[in-house]
Order: sequence, then C-alpha cells, then structure tokens
Amino acid sequence: MSTVVRLEDVDVSFGTRRVLDGVSFSVERAEFVGLIGANGAGKTTIFRVVLGLLSPDRGSVAHLGRHVGYVPQKVVIEPDAPLRARDLVALGIDGERFGVRMPSRARRARVDEMLESVGAAEFADARVGTLSGGEQQRVLIAHALVGNPPLLVMDEPLANLDIKSGHEIVELVARLTKERGLAVLLSAHDMNALLPHMDRVVYLAEGRAVSGTTGEVVRSDVLSELYRYPVRVLDVDGTVVVVGGHDVQVR
Amino acid sequence: MTGFFQSDPVRVALAAGAVTAVVSGVVGVFVVIRGQSFAGHALGDLGTLGGSGAFLANVNPLWGFVGVGAVVAGAMELFGVQRRRGRDVATGVVLGAALGLSALLLYFDTTTSTTTGATITVLFGSLFAASPQAVPEMAGLGAAGVLGVVVVFRPLLLSSVSPDLASARGVPVRAVALGFLVLVGVTVSLTSMVVGTILSPALLIGPAATALRLTRRPGAAMAGAAVIGLIATWAGIVLSYASDHWPPAHRGWPISFFVVAIVFVTYLGVELVARRAR
Repeated sequence: MSTVVRLEDVDVSFGTRRVLDGVSFSVERAEFVGLIGANGAGKTTIFRVVLGLLSPDRGSVAHLGRHVGYVPQKVVIEPDAPLRARDLVALGIDGERFGVRMPSRARRARVDEMLESVGAAEFADARVGTLSGGEQQRVLIAHALVGNPPLLVMDEPLANLDIKSGHEIVELVARLTKERGLAVLLSAHDMNALLPHMDRVVYLAEGRAVSGTTGEVVRSDVLSELYRYPVRVLDVDGTVVVVGGHDVQVR
Repeated sequence: MTGFFQSDPVRVALAAGAVTAVVSGVVGVFVVIRGQSFAGHALGDLGTLGGSGAFLANVNPLWGFVGVGAVVAGAMELFGVQRRRGRDVATGVVLGAALGLSALLLYFDTTTSTTTGATITVLFGSLFAASPQAVPEMAGLGAAGVLGVVVVFRPLLLSSVSPDLASARGVPVRAVALGFLVLVGVTVSLTSMVVGTILSPALLIGPAATALRLTRRPGAAMAGAAVIGLIATWAGIVLSYASDHWPPAHRGWPISFFVVAIVFVTYLGVELVARRAR
C-alpha cells in the first residue's frame, strides 16, 4: 500500500482555542476512510489542512501529489445559475486557468466519461441548481475527480441528503475507491451509513483523533479515553449508538 | 425620420450606446450570477459624485464616472460591503453622504457654469450631448471590460458558483473578485453615460437578468444580454429622436426613459412567458 496523505501530530489553534490537538492519521491508496465527529469537533479544519488552505501550528502534512479532489460542505447553487452539470465537470479540468478555452473533443469525451462513471450522464445537460441533492453530489464528485487526483476529500456529503440518496452516494464512493485506486477521506457526524464500506475510521472529539479499523476504534474504552468522559458504544440491531453517562457499565 | 443617420449627435449616440450595451451584457451576466446588483446600484450612486465633480472641473463626465467607479469598486471589495446584507447601515450612510456631496457639486455646476444641463446629464444621461471624442474613449473602456471578463471567465465562474471549490483549485478568489468589481465600476461608468447614474443599474442588470431566463449557458446569456441591451439602447435613441415633436414641450423625451422602459417590458414579458412555460 502507498500512503496518499499523512498527518503527524498536527496542532491548529484559532486565537487561544485549540481546534486540533496532536492529530495523526494517514490515508492509503484504494482506502475509504471515514472522518467521524460531532459538529465543531474539527472536521472542516482537518480538511483545510489536507487541502493546504491552512498550515498547522505544529506537526507535518505529507502528500503524494499536490492535487486533491474536493467536495465542500453545502454547495449552494442557485436554480437559475447558467451552469449545466457538464460545465461544472469541465471546470474541474481547468477552472483555475485564466484566458480563453478552445473547444476540444478530447475534453468533451473526458467530461462525458466522468459523468457516466458517477451515474450522472442522464442529467448532463440540466442546470446544476435544478438537480436534487443526490444528483448534485454526483456532479460535484465528477468535478472533483475529472482531473484524476489520487485523493478525494468530501466534507459532510450526507448532511443534506435523504437516507436513500445518502446510501447511494456512499456506495458510489466506495465503488470509485476500488475501481480507481482512489484514497477517500469522507466526513460525517453519524458513522452508520459508512459502516458497511469504510476501511478505516478517524474518530474526532474536541480536536483529538484516534484512528484504526472500526473494530479497533468504535469501542467503549477507546472512545471514553478520547472523550475523556465515560461513554458507551451500543449495538442496536446493527446500528451503532454512542451514549454517555457516569453510571453506564463499560463493556 | 429624415436626416436621422446624417445627424452627428445621433451617430455618436448610436456608437456609444452599442459599446455600452455589449459590455454591460457581458459584465451584467456575472453581476446577476454573483448576486451583486446592489454593488451596481452603489457604484451608480457614487458615480454621481464623480460625474458632478468632472462637470465642475470641466472634464468629460465619463472620466469622473470611471475614476470614482474604479476606486470605489476596489474599496468596496476590500471592505466587503458589496452585498446588501453585509455592513448594511455603514453602506447606507456612506452612499447617502456621497449623494449629499453630489447634490452640492451639482448645485455649483448649475450656478457657476454656463452648461445648464449638468444635473440631467449626470443623473439621467444625455447621450445626444456626448462629444464625438467620447466614442473612442468609451469603445476603449468597453473593449477593456469585455477582454477583462474573457480573461477571468473560468476562475470567475467557478468562484461565483462556489468560492470553496475555487479556492481548493488554487483560484485567487479575492483577487478575482476585486478585479471583477473594478470591471463593474468601469461598466457602470459607461451605462451612466447612456442612461445616467440613477438608471445605470437598470441597463447593467435588466438585459442580463432577462437573458438568464432564456438560456442555461453563460456565453449565450452574455450574447443575449448584449443583443437585448443593444435593441433597447438603439430603440431608445430612435424614439427619443422621434419624440422631438411630442408634447408637452416639443423637445425630445430623454433616451434613458425609453431604454429603461424597453428593458423593463422585455424582462416582464420573458418572465411571464417563462412562468407560463413551467
């Protein structure tokens, strides 16, 4: 396995508030890693560090390539914005470049192929703003991946989706991970939708992280130590629930 | 209608109007996409200051509009006041102060100079009074505006859709926004020449908003907005010329009235058709 991105002992503070506190983890090729934590645990800050938009106060970030495919949280595109799905994907190839773009058959073919592989071919010519949340996620994934980056990071892609679309997106990302040998870092505040597909988990609480397989991390003793507070991991008919309280019996 | 095309003021007006329609179509589409029509209004208000000052200094008002427009656009982007929601009260106070100062300058214009029409020219435009030199100057500024949009097209489109996506791809989002707002400042100066500072946002935003109802491609929307603006401006010039014999005073009605009326009716018509089609 080859490491695509590795964070080692990363600290980030905003003013006097420490947002990330000694965070270490890595993502390998063809690996689907879930970044799990409550709102405010530091997920978006980790993404900003991985994307190179924020330099850590301490610690190191090592990348295989500079290029990272990124799907931000809550991309709001107005329904009347004059942007078709294929336009947004094409901007994933050269959207940062100044000057005129000449029409190119090769680029069009690449865009079509990318739309096809995320199951977005049928709405390629629709305005992005008029698509459903799940359809927009597919287009955003195509935008992120069309430049063939080794790493895809997705910030809370399931937050605004219904359960069915959420599951479909997770399945799509899991398939792309294996098919393309992609490294994926996907954040969520609820890990259950990811459990069947996640290779490893990075669990975040109050800026601290612990990573490993779900079996290693999602345990009452490990998470109690992370939270510095007694919590209990319950399995309710295959759904994992993390609850807290002094009286609970740690299994 | 005889002698219409022989008249020098008419030729100047048609040429200056065409340049303005094209650049405001191209720039206006991005103003609408980015939700910056408030910035257009603010730049028009502040342009009044430049125009009235230029009159007092005996300079072509175009340069007053451009000077103030470009500087103010830069300042607005730096201080983040381009949207109505941000810094609401402070923006209102500054705009009010600028218009108050403009009122004083316009008062000086009308009392100290022999040119009588300063107030009307600055506030509502007076294309027939534009000097022939204004045409190449406006054409130069218009070409610079169109060229500017062509150069920043992709990074601007991406950062208009999502600043997060753009900055993740390495687009200098703030620099692009600053550059674009300066282009808006220059464009508002040109529309101010045609319809005056008060109505300039109508010509900037109306055709673009109309075209965006009709097409889903940004390039096509820009072409459509330019054509709508051109038709409105030229028809406005023709009607203004024709209204020379209309009541009450048997002096031509202002071009700006016709231009803005045509833009508005077109927008309304397209909006109604689009709603029915849905």
